Amino acid sequence: MLKKKSATRGIKVPENKLTEHNPIEPLPLPQKVIIPMQQHIGAPCELIVKRGTKVKTGEIIGKAGGFVSAALHATISGEVSGTTKIINHATGHLTDAVIITSDGEDNWVQTEPAGDPENISSQDILNLVSKAGIVGMGGASFPTQVKLMPPEGKNIDTLILNGCECEPYITADHRLMLEQGGKILLGLKLVQKVLNPDSIFIAIEDNKSDAITHLANLICEMGMQDNFKIVPLKSKYPMGGEKTLLTTITGREVPIGGLPLDVGIVVHNVSTVKAIYDAVYEDKPLIERVVTVSGLVNEPKNLLVRFGTPISALIDYCGGMKENANKLILGGPMMGIAHFDLNFPILKGSNSILIEHAAPIIESNCIRCGRCVYACPMHLLPYMYVKYAKTHNYNACQDAYIADCIECGSCSFSCPANIPIVEYIKTAKSELNKKRTRK
Amino acid sequence: MTPEKNFMVSTSPHIWKGKSSRSIMNTVALTLILPAGASIYYFGIRAICIISAAILSSIVTEYAIKKLRGRKFVMDGSALVTGLLLALTLPPTLPIWMVVIGSVFAIAIVKEAFGGLGYNIFNPALGGRAFLSICFAREMSTWSLPTYFSLSTDAITTATPLAMDIADKTAMYKDLLIGNIGGSMGETCAILIIIGGIILISVNIITWHLPICYIGTVALFSFILGEDPVFSVLAGGLMLGAFFMATDYVTSPITNWGKVIFGVGAGIMTVVIRLFGGMPEGVCYSILFMNALTPLIDRYIKPTPYGFQKESAK
Repeated sequence: MLKKKSATRGIKVPENKLTEHNPIEPLPLPQKVIIPMQQHIGAPCELIVKRGTKVKTGEIIGKAGGFVSAALHATISGEVSGTTKIINHATGHLTDAVIITSDGEDNWVQTEPAGDPENISSQDILNLVSKAGIVGMGGASFPTQVKLMPPEGKNIDTLILNGCECEPYITADHRLMLEQGGKILLGLKLVQKVLNPDSIFIAIEDNKSDAITHLANLICEMGMQDNFKIVPLKSKYPMGGEKTLLTTITGREVPIGGLPLDVGIVVHNVSTVKAIYDAVYEDKPLIERVVTVSGLVNEPKNLLVRFGTPISALIDYCGGMKENANKLILGGPMMGIAHFDLNFPILKGSNSILIEHAAPIIESNCIRCGRCVYACPMHLLPYMYVKYAKTHNYNACQDAYIADCIECGSCSFSCPANIPIVEYIKTAKSELNKKRTRK
Repeated sequence: MTPEKNFMVSTSPHIWKGKSSRSIMNTVALTLILPAGASIYYFGIRAICIISAAILSSIVTEYAIKKLRGRKFVMDGSALVTGLLLALTLPPTLPIWMVVIGSVFAIAIVKEAFGGLGYNIFNPALGGRAFLSICFAREMSTWSLPTYFSLSTDAITTATPLAMDIADKTAMYKDLLIGNIGGSMGETCAILIIIGGIILISVNIITWHLPICYIGTVALFSFILGEDPVFSVLAGGLMLGAFFMATDYVTSPITNWGKVIFGVGAGIMTVVIRLFGGMPEGVCYSILFMNALTPLIDRYIKPTPYGFQKESAK
């Protein structure tokens, strides 16, 4: 294990890890699932089943729509009862979605676990990952097989496994590391085979000391102490963001407008790596994930949920919402998206459902205290973006590197004047996008 | 079955730190009670009258102006702090009606006419004091020795220490530190101001950069130019100005390096005005001068964005 590292910028958030001692429970299968065709970055899937088709769990229902895309599979067995359009909660656009009604059983497709997973070739690993439709499960949902195939000329020398989970309330990755640590490490070995990096770091925040100890013991048992190095990190938000993470561990900085690939680093989430294990060792496609349900519910839990399950099913299983709850958040309290519809389905990137109570915020004048500047992990000037956005001067926002903003929310959190800085930044970014696409 | 609910939808983040502008202003006001208490101890009834008059007229002026502009008036503590700071820069013999005029000018012209909280360029309390110095020069330069709650409101007038000749240095330093000398109301007890400043730094309301650089530059420059550095630092309104006036969020630079430049610039100006200018006190005008330069400092002193140097190397 390496010495503890910490980041210079960022903020201290209240941790509220209510569910860190709750083991993962499988949620009973829902009656009906709604699966949108776009749950990842890149081209939406092409539907290959039609209304009335009977499908088995794990059967492919959507083909990857291009190179940067991921396949979709049926998450329950039953009949395709129709298609619908639902609003993508992140972009606000409508996407097609498939509705599958359950047949009451959980019939799986035929799976062929790999015969000799220790000696499988990289190309076979990539094919299995692609077939399983794996995307980044930390929230960004980038198709994993693309991330495992760095372009020509980019030499990857460091692989970082991201087990930080810096947002308050969320404990999905924490419980996964405690209960399925062995599978995660075997999946990490597969990624190591494909990318062949010089060093591999496992990044875990210090508020998960039991996970650190558990993984350290497993690594010793597997005999991989020389290859996998655990790096404990001082808990700070946003330590889990890949740019802050890789700078804290390696000291390198991703160039403006670039990717971690440009400095020879690839970062993967623990859930993604465990899904890679499932795809290769058990030929299981990506159909479920761990979701933390927390906040103002009567029994906060960590649940194993099939994609497409409506949120109402999770909340009912957790004892229902408390009386004073008035906010439904998909994700964590810092970067999550507030939603209004309890029938919205769980997607590949949904790591948490949070029920909160919030009072309306009253914005007052910026007093130029500079707390937003000190908090920003990307070393930007959030108060300037607010000033420019208020006067519609979006070009000035662009010149001030607004594209680098990761929308982590550290600035809004620290603002004593209650200015919703991230809202101004998102507005400015969407105006700049509109201008770019209009040209 | 979960009942139907109307959910509130707003952008992330959905939690806030909880520290508000008002709580910051209130903390500053609380630490200002230390020098204000010292001034009441030394100057008695007059101090109480001047402080109350300044605070009341600041708040009333802000209420009136906000109503005139059609804005909502919120007791966010900024008018309270402005009034209190203005009171602490005034001589204890100043007639109350002049104090009121100073407050009105500070709030109505220096703060609200420029746009209100967050938009003013100059420190309102210092702007009010500068206005009073120009309009009522004689009354503003009448300093008195401490009268210690004597019921007579007459005071023995004397010059401020900066315009005096000093015989016994150590006794003078001790008097300067605990405040047993004449001067404006807040200038007197340096120890309490330092304690107040340390409190503000320890709760992260101000950083150490501006006050330390300001005071350090004054000490260094006066030493280079042949003056006694300890005396230069302890006498006059430097302590109050460095810890409470110059560090005002709205009128000082945002980045730490910017604050250093502000402190050094104000320090040089203070020494120059004291030694070569016609006035005994340079703190007020040097801070106002650097306030004018703050937007320029903020324009050029910015943190390097993450990943920037790599771009120029590409």
